[in-house]
Amino acid sequence: MKRRELFGLAAALSVATALAGPVAAQDVLKIGAVGPKTGPLAGGGAVTFWPNVQLWAHDVNEAGGIDVGGTKMMVEIIEYDDQTNPGETIKAVQRLATQDEADFILAPYGTGLNIASAPIFERYGYPMITHTAISDQIEDLSGKFPNMFFLLGGATGLSGGVVEVLTQMREAGEIGSRVAMVNVADAFGIELAEAARPQFEAAGFEIVYDSSYPLGTQDLSPVVNGARDANPDAFVAWSYPPDTFGLTEQAQIAGLAPKAFYTAVATSFPSYGGRFGAAAEGVLGAGGVFADGDAFKDYAARHEAVTGAKPDFWASAAVYASFQILQQAIEGAGTTDRAAVSEYLANNAFDTIVGPITWDENNSNAQYWTVGQWQDGVFKGVASTGREGAVPAQPKTGWE
Amino acid sequence: MTKRDWQSLTLSAVLLAVAACLPLTGDAYMLSIGITIAMYAVLATSWALFSGPTHYISLATAAFFGLGTYTTAIGIENGMNYWLTLPIAAILGAVLAALVGFATLRLSGVYFVIFTLGLAELVRQVVTWGQNVSGQKGLYVLTDITEVHIYWQLVALAGIVYLTGWAIGRSRLGFALRIIGDDEEVARHSGINTSRAKILLFMVSGATAAVVGSMLAPRYIYIEPALAFSPMLSFLVVIMALLGGTGRLWGPLVGVIPFTLLFETISASFPNQTTLLLGLSFLVIVYLLPRGFVGLIESGKRRLRDREAFA
Repeated sequence: MKRRELFGLAAALSVATALAGPVAAQDVLKIGAVGPKTGPLAGGGAVTFWPNVQLWAHDVNEAGGIDVGGTKMMVEIIEYDDQTNPGETIKAVQRLATQDEADFILAPYGTGLNIASAPIFERYGYPMITHTAISDQIEDLSGKFPNMFFLLGGATGLSGGVVEVLTQMREAGEIGSRVAMVNVADAFGIELAEAARPQFEAAGFEIVYDSSYPLGTQDLSPVVNGARDANPDAFVAWSYPPDTFGLTEQAQIAGLAPKAFYTAVATSFPSYGGRFGAAAEGVLGAGGVFADGDAFKDYAARHEAVTGAKPDFWASAAVYASFQILQQAIEGAGTTDRAAVSEYLANNAFDTIVGPITWDENNSNAQYWTVGQWQDGVFKGVASTGREGAVPAQPKTGWE
Repeated sequence: MTKRDWQSLTLSAVLLAVAACLPLTGDAYMLSIGITIAMYAVLATSWALFSGPTHYISLATAAFFGLGTYTTAIGIENGMNYWLTLPIAAILGAVLAALVGFATLRLSGVYFVIFTLGLAELVRQVVTWGQNVSGQKGLYVLTDITEVHIYWQLVALAGIVYLTGWAIGRSRLGFALRIIGDDEEVARHSGINTSRAKILLFMVSGATAAVVGSMLAPRYIYIEPALAFSPMLSFLVVIMALLGGTGRLWGPLVGVIPFTLLFETISASFPNQTTLLLGLSFLVIVYLLPRGFVGLIESGKRRLRDREAFA
């Protein structure tokens, strides 16, 4: 009897598999999407990656499809959850390439998962336009994987942007030279802190407090109190989503209220502005967009209408822009031949919601947003490496 | 050695040779599933080598796996030959296992389980701390090693693990471990140095997991603590080994293969409900197959024998 139950289960499973299978059609472009729906990166993926996949597919099909050499092709998205596990990302991309025979595959979410799957993209000749990979080894990577493109920028640029903004504020007489710096003791936080130290020094800033805290810690009061007691003019935290919120909360409790207050990743999330309301006013953070530009405003409105959620003010737009670039490259090449599309990608400039995109010699976008600030309830870009639309940074006036 | 031993050795060698032919089909998708199966087969079998006879449930697989991954990553970063990093990882894995063994194998039951779970976290924090001090982010393992190479390495390692397990099973050490598993008190009274026996086997298990980590580093390319020391790995290994059954050397393998295929089917067909369905199928497995596939196969055999006897 037990065996019969098992057979029943197997039968049910195979029927369900058959039903879930994609419907093949001639004028449909199969696009693979791999990203975390579970695991440590699921939260970020749910804000930044998945809604854009949905929005882009909606936008393309609404407009009648992608124009491939005169034929309009609708897109069909095949989604897989990689569980934030590089082994699963590799397997899912492999599955898309060989089992689903996807025409194109969107780049996965997050630095590690992108790099792990790069060899598979390379083997099958898929162009890979990464939107959320931040690496200091872009030169090596693009040398090894010529179809890999980088949209979001590098760590040195992000920390350099902060130094630049603080320098401008000092020149305007708004702040002095005392900087308190903390970082989360994990990959990205470590790298940013390491890059920032010499940059601050070269710009004539004095680091009066320099400390780190473990990833996932619940108690941030020691570092915030330490920073407050050092009496800084600027507070800079190379932080991750949970601690970005925690540090902001703790700073209000401890009365750490410098004229410049910076937290890194997730400051640009709409939920940050939502949670802190008026207190968020004047907070600086990583990323930014040309928030007053029509392209972004229009995108944000469609994002909310289609997915029911607001985009963040940094990587969301880059993710969507990477899909736009892929679409334009397919239309420009006029074929679904991946080699031709990659060729077109490498040799052309693209017009996206974040502005025009060109590639440098390492297939990397050299012009990206580095610092943003909450101003009037919107997170506006205040510094970039060559983007249009930056607004001047304003000194923060307490937490009220 | 008896004739039966030779027979089973030859059969195993033939099966391994057949498994090694998988890349010749040229199907890259099969190969990527093959790598997953080979990886978990080695991990689950080496886990069962220790946990099968002693009944100590270890959740430290991720600690050894991550140690191996980092050994290879750091070695290659410093210009070391890849092949040299494998034995170094094995030695480091064995040393870590010995240290842990000395400290904890006197613990038993749930205390040991909790400690091993904490160990993976401890090693991860140490690595993170090291990165924080040195200011280095993730490590890059850029090599020319392809998936086929990784697969063959894993199959070869599987062969070594089976041979080791078979040799241990026939040795005084294996006998001692079976006695420990039945009753540790009795074992000690019969003059068996129980801690030494357990530590030795834990070292074999730890070294193997470290080498598997080394072999997979070129596949992941980008190594960071959260990816290398994923606690999920430790749990999956235990689940697969228990599904197969730990009483036989080949037990974990018959758990790994169906579990990997089931996992693959679920994640391919239900990308939004993977975790939920995985949990449900685990419940079904536990209720329907409490003794694993080995138990199912052996009771099937017994039933067949009984029927023949009556006929």
